[in-house]
Amino acid sequence: MSRIGVFTCWCGENIARTVDVDEVAKRVAELPGVRCSLNYKYMCADPGQALVREKIASEKLDGVVVASCSPHMHLKTFRKAAQTAGLNPYLVEMANIREQCSWVHHDRAQATAKAFEIIRLAVEKVRNDAALQPIRVPVTRRALVIGGGVAGIQAALDIADAGHEVVMVEREPSIGGKMAGLSETFPTLDCSQCILTPRMVEVGQHPRIKLYSYSEVEKVEGFVGNFKITIRQKARYVDVSKCTGCGECWNVCPLKRNSSEFDYGMGMRPAIYIPFPQAVPARPVIDKSQCAKLIRNGCGLCEKKCKAEAINFKDEDRLVEEAVGAVVVATGYKLYSIAKSQPKTTLAGYGEYGYGKYKDVIDSLQFERLVSASGPTGGVLKRPSDGAIPKSVVFISCVGSRDNAKGLPYCSKICCMYTAKHTMLYKHKVHDGQAHVFYMDIRAGGKGYDEFVRRAIEQDGARYYRGRVSKITQEHGKLIVRGADTLAGIPVTIEADMVVLAAAMRPADGIEELAQKLNIGYDEFGFLMESHPKLRPVETNTAGIFIAGACHSPKDIPEAVAQASAAASKVQVMLAADELTREPEIAAINEQTCAACFTCIRTCPYHAIDRAELRTPRGAFIKNTARVNPGLCMGCGTCVSVCPSKSADLQGFTDQQVYAMVESLA
Amino acid sequence: MENQALGQVPSEHLPVHFPSPIQVANCYQCGKCTAGCPVAMHMDVAPNQVVRLAQLGEWEKALRSRAIWECVGCQTCSTRCPKEVDCAGVMDALREASLARGMAAPERFSVVAFQKIFLENIRRNGRLNELELIGHFKLDVVLHTGRIPFLFKDAGLAPQLGKRKKLHLIPGKARDRGVVNRIFERCASERKP
Repeated sequence: MSRIGVFTCWCGENIARTVDVDEVAKRVAELPGVRCSLNYKYMCADPGQALVREKIASEKLDGVVVASCSPHMHLKTFRKAAQTAGLNPYLVEMANIREQCSWVHHDRAQATAKAFEIIRLAVEKVRNDAALQPIRVPVTRRALVIGGGVAGIQAALDIADAGHEVVMVEREPSIGGKMAGLSETFPTLDCSQCILTPRMVEVGQHPRIKLYSYSEVEKVEGFVGNFKITIRQKARYVDVSKCTGCGECWNVCPLKRNSSEFDYGMGMRPAIYIPFPQAVPARPVIDKSQCAKLIRNGCGLCEKKCKAEAINFKDEDRLVEEAVGAVVVATGYKLYSIAKSQPKTTLAGYGEYGYGKYKDVIDSLQFERLVSASGPTGGVLKRPSDGAIPKSVVFISCVGSRDNAKGLPYCSKICCMYTAKHTMLYKHKVHDGQAHVFYMDIRAGGKGYDEFVRRAIEQDGARYYRGRVSKITQEHGKLIVRGADTLAGIPVTIEADMVVLAAAMRPADGIEELAQKLNIGYDEFGFLMESHPKLRPVETNTAGIFIAGACHSPKDIPEAVAQASAAASKVQVMLAADELTREPEIAAINEQTCAACFTCIRTCPYHAIDRAELRTPRGAFIKNTARVNPGLCMGCGTCVSVCPSKSADLQGFTDQQVYAMVESLA
Repeated sequence: MENQALGQVPSEHLPVHFPSPIQVANCYQCGKCTAGCPVAMHMDVAPNQVVRLAQLGEWEKALRSRAIWECVGCQTCSTRCPKEVDCAGVMDALREASLARGMAAPERFSVVAFQKIFLENIRRNGRLNELELIGHFKLDVVLHTGRIPFLFKDAGLAPQLGKRKKLHLIPGKARDRGVVNRIFERCASERKP
């Protein structure tokens, strides 16, 4: 290439203040192969782009270097401009003389010299650029939603309503997630089930949503637009297609005293059960660890009672495959386990709060069930130990959250709000009761949120103490809560009938395994990583996989729903086209020289390289080779660096280009 | 108070040096130390406020407080601190600094005297000599305060102590006193900033 145009940008004062742009343009013009060298105040502005377009046409440029900001900012802008002028967009390079030069230097002479060198490198790169074509991959126009909580429901309905098929996988027997178990929701105090169950029914009835309840994602293969998902349908022992949900089975089951998962141990359920009356699908499952028939071939009453003959004790796990183009992960959260024993060595428990030791020390989700109209106590607040109505309840926030010693330094964000809600619900149920709250800070940012907390204090009389609790003991049937009020600078001791601990939010069980299957990132606490905290908040670093809800970070219902809709709209954008275009700057393997050692396959972090065979047109075997899957490759270059035969190369960043750039500096 | 970021006061301006593992800036004032402190109700400033004074660099108030002398060093605060701030260590360092500058709260003279006499006793004998401790302590307090009745306060406890063999009439001494001296020397040298 010998007709290169170099366009140096002032970026107003950003570059021009430290870099002598005139001097740079003059020196660049003397570089071999540079046809024209110009500078302009704002290259990215319309006149600047027009300048680029005009020069491409008038000077018949076959390569363009724009010396301005980071390619993250405006590479797309200038590639588009070049394309409009008839130049292959991959023959445009950017020299970053702002972030990597003018912003970080003070000495004008040195900065000018450095800017020239940076541009010289870019000229060398563009000289060795190839006219690449964007990659096109076909799209399966279906989506998978993992998790059937409020976020998953929202995402699934949005995508399905847009006309695409959705496969929803839910681990529990029913969709609904945590929200289905809440009593009322802040800041409006509307009944949680009343607003959620219509959405659940909609999912259950939607012609374009295929629901796999009591199922888990077993295996994920493929790449953006073309995922192959293997789903494990756990043995339910009930034939969903025959069952009518009449309820004879769970009424007749004699083993009724099993701790209910849905009630977080606050209530009981039979061995064959539906988690709650509005479950979707309203089909029971048999807990194989409790059923007498499955354990020792006894009982079998449900089978005899079932008129639909839906009970099948010989049921087994089944694996089904589904092809989808995009995935939304919405696996939600669980509460930190407060008691001393912890699932991970990085976490520690609160021995001092006596959770698990004193029956009346419960966590906030358990409290939700106790005050829920559909809860085990039928909406009457009775404490777990003796069923008495508690006249004094202490709520403690930041249990686990913001506690470095327990291993969770982050704020769980929603506890301030639901604790205020709990005090209100309590006061509305027990008029002569007194709610006490120990808090460190009140974080009530949100529409109507702070007003809500003030209402709890001013109208419903909750007593707030700014301080933590050090220890809870039990004396004469009372829980003695020893806390502090740092505003008064005094220790505070309260005799309580019940204590509710606002435990931290943690990502749901098995999130790490799922993230590894999907090849997406997660942080040290297991929360899934977004691609960019501000500009790509629902995307992951793996194309075609999106996140929504509390699996990403602690969030409340409105936020989870908003994020789910955002993820759904990203999926819709993807599924709107027949083909996906991707940037072509990915690895390519020279299959003639590949020694088939497959080191690249073992090192590729995206599992983007496969084994392949070279054959003659007649089908005779020639040799084995590695082959890049253009749908999966993210262009990281790991294969290039490990390939012993130098057969792997990165298009748009070839070894030849990099060597030429380095040599130009010498 | 100097106008500097909390916990970032350059060490040459710091009148009090905490041993390096203690990071008072880490404290977010949750008050769990105060909540669990068995003697907080007797303090003029609560334990979390003592740490706060250290954060603010209000050394005068911290060193003259009675609270640092009420602290019994049970370590409950340090054990339960969610931010792993060694609150008991802060108290300890403040006591030392307060003593070194003669700023110990006068109304807590007896506590200060007891601590001094206790340490002196250990240094001399290598182990505690109860009779000597009691005599020395009572005399010191009475001479200083003129409160004669103090001499006989707690005297009724003596028979009980004797019965439980907590009061040795013939005092024992540690055999290797050199070791005891070395312990004291090492503590003194490690405590220096």
